[in-house]
Amino acid sequence: MIAGMTALYIFMLAAFTGYEIIARVPVILHTPLMSGSNFVHGIVLVGAMVAMGHAHTPLEQVIGFFGVMLAAGNAVGGYVVTERMLDMFKSSKKKEAN
Amino acid sequence: MDNVIQISYFASAVLFILGLKRMSSPVTARGGIIWAGIGMLVATLITFFWPGMENYLLMTVAIVIGGGLAYWSGKKVAMTDMPQMIALYNGMGGGAAGAIAAVELLRGRFDSTTFMALAIAGALIGSISFSGSLVAFAKLQGWARKPLRFPGQQLFNLALLAAAAGLGVWLVVQGEYTGALVLLFFVLALAYGVMMTLPIGGADMPVVISLFNALTGLAVAFEGFVLDNAAMIIAGTVVGSAGTLLTQLMAKAMNRSIGNVLFSAFGSAGEAGEGAVEGSMRPIDATDVGVMMAYADRVVIIPGYGMAVAQAQHKIQELTELLRARGVDVKFAIHPVAGRMPGHMNVLLAEANVSYDLLYDLDEINPVFPQTDVALVIGANDVVNPMARTNPDSPIYGMPILNADQAKNVIVIKRGQGKGFSGVENALFFADNTRMLYGDGQAMVGELIQAVKEL
Repeated sequence: MIAGMTALYIFMLAAFTGYEIIARVPVILHTPLMSGSNFVHGIVLVGAMVAMGHAHTPLEQVIGFFGVMLAAGNAVGGYVVTERMLDMFKSSKKKEAN
Repeated sequence: MDNVIQISYFASAVLFILGLKRMSSPVTARGGIIWAGIGMLVATLITFFWPGMENYLLMTVAIVIGGGLAYWSGKKVAMTDMPQMIALYNGMGGGAAGAIAAVELLRGRFDSTTFMALAIAGALIGSISFSGSLVAFAKLQGWARKPLRFPGQQLFNLALLAAAAGLGVWLVVQGEYTGALVLLFFVLALAYGVMMTLPIGGADMPVVISLFNALTGLAVAFEGFVLDNAAMIIAGTVVGSAGTLLTQLMAKAMNRSIGNVLFSAFGSAGEAGEGAVEGSMRPIDATDVGVMMAYADRVVIIPGYGMAVAQAQHKIQELTELLRARGVDVKFAIHPVAGRMPGHMNVLLAEANVSYDLLYDLDEINPVFPQTDVALVIGANDVVNPMARTNPDSPIYGMPILNADQAKNVIVIKRGQGKGFSGVENALFFADNTRMLYGDGQAMVGELIQAVKEL
């Protein structure tokens, strides 16, 4: 169990971490990074799985089902588009090396 | 098993942070998404071993359907349509956070009022992000481009938000509730997401999508507290704060506050500035432009969303190589909000193999324009409008722009004589040193290449 104050500390430290990560990013990477952070909140999938795993009534199961489906879409879609975008940086880097 | 799960979640959180960190530099960016991807895979697989769970079959079916559709659409979508796909996937995440809260509320077992309050707050934010992102997706997809506005809209929206939040607070205070009230709460929250996004113009969509991205992160963190899930708390909060900063950076690039984007109807003041433009637009041939560029010392190319629509980036790259082979100094001027998202142009140009050391941002390139022979504007409009500097009545007044008008010659490739996305008339097109090259971006750059080759 993550107790009250500890939770607050985690929240604060994570917030600073997020701020620091973005603070020194070139504009060139804003879209990929936004897409990447969009992928990272796809972690909601594990929460959706746990919620659905404890669903009993049919209504809870239906909502849980949609939750897991949406979360899986967030995670997989977010990964695919981010990877496609970043792939292009690889090709431009290769050209520079030649 | 519980310890193994917690350690795996911890490892995932570390991988997410390191992955995002790597994504913030062009050299390591590609590795970053793979690190984060491994983190996601670990967290997802270990969750199947969470004690006391049921519905495994349905759960797997849901993952396969949701993940499969997203994989297929993400692979298929054209590079130009990336912004709306990000909006769509982001909305799905918000919807999932809302669904978690709905299940928890229906099960109705909260350890404390704090947890219930967090569940409700996450549900409110997640639902707004869900429906709002879907509207943003529809707008960028071109299904509903015209902003919907009506008198008293802001008051109506405020009332709607107050009703949703008020009902949420009431549910928490009462502690006991019926399914119908929970349903009403979600309906109000979803309706607010739709209503707040409808009046926002297409040009402001990047800021809004970024804001929804941050909101989804926050909603995920809140639901993480409810489920006692450290990976969700950390990943959600990191995205929430990183997304908030990114939203501010984007809004700042347009010289607008986030409040301004959300609550003021952009372009409604446009009429005031329009009479101020005098003169006419003068057309020019591709052949003449080709000659002009081939014998120039320095050419600065200013791409915008029009280049993306015309898929002209590969032709632009070809033209760049030709000119550079002739000894012309070619630079790209990238406005922070060119395209539909910050960095959108960089991604497209990278796709076409334009080396990223040719790309310059606003502060670096503006001092260069007075020593530039040809500024080639392709598909950009509002970001080169000098009225942002000169006309205090213009709705875009004060927005930092690329000073293309200071180049010796300005060539604008444009489909027709229409206005830009913001609906504001562009004084640059009427300037004495500007010539218009009318036509499809890709076809016109093709003709320029032909003209340069024939010299």
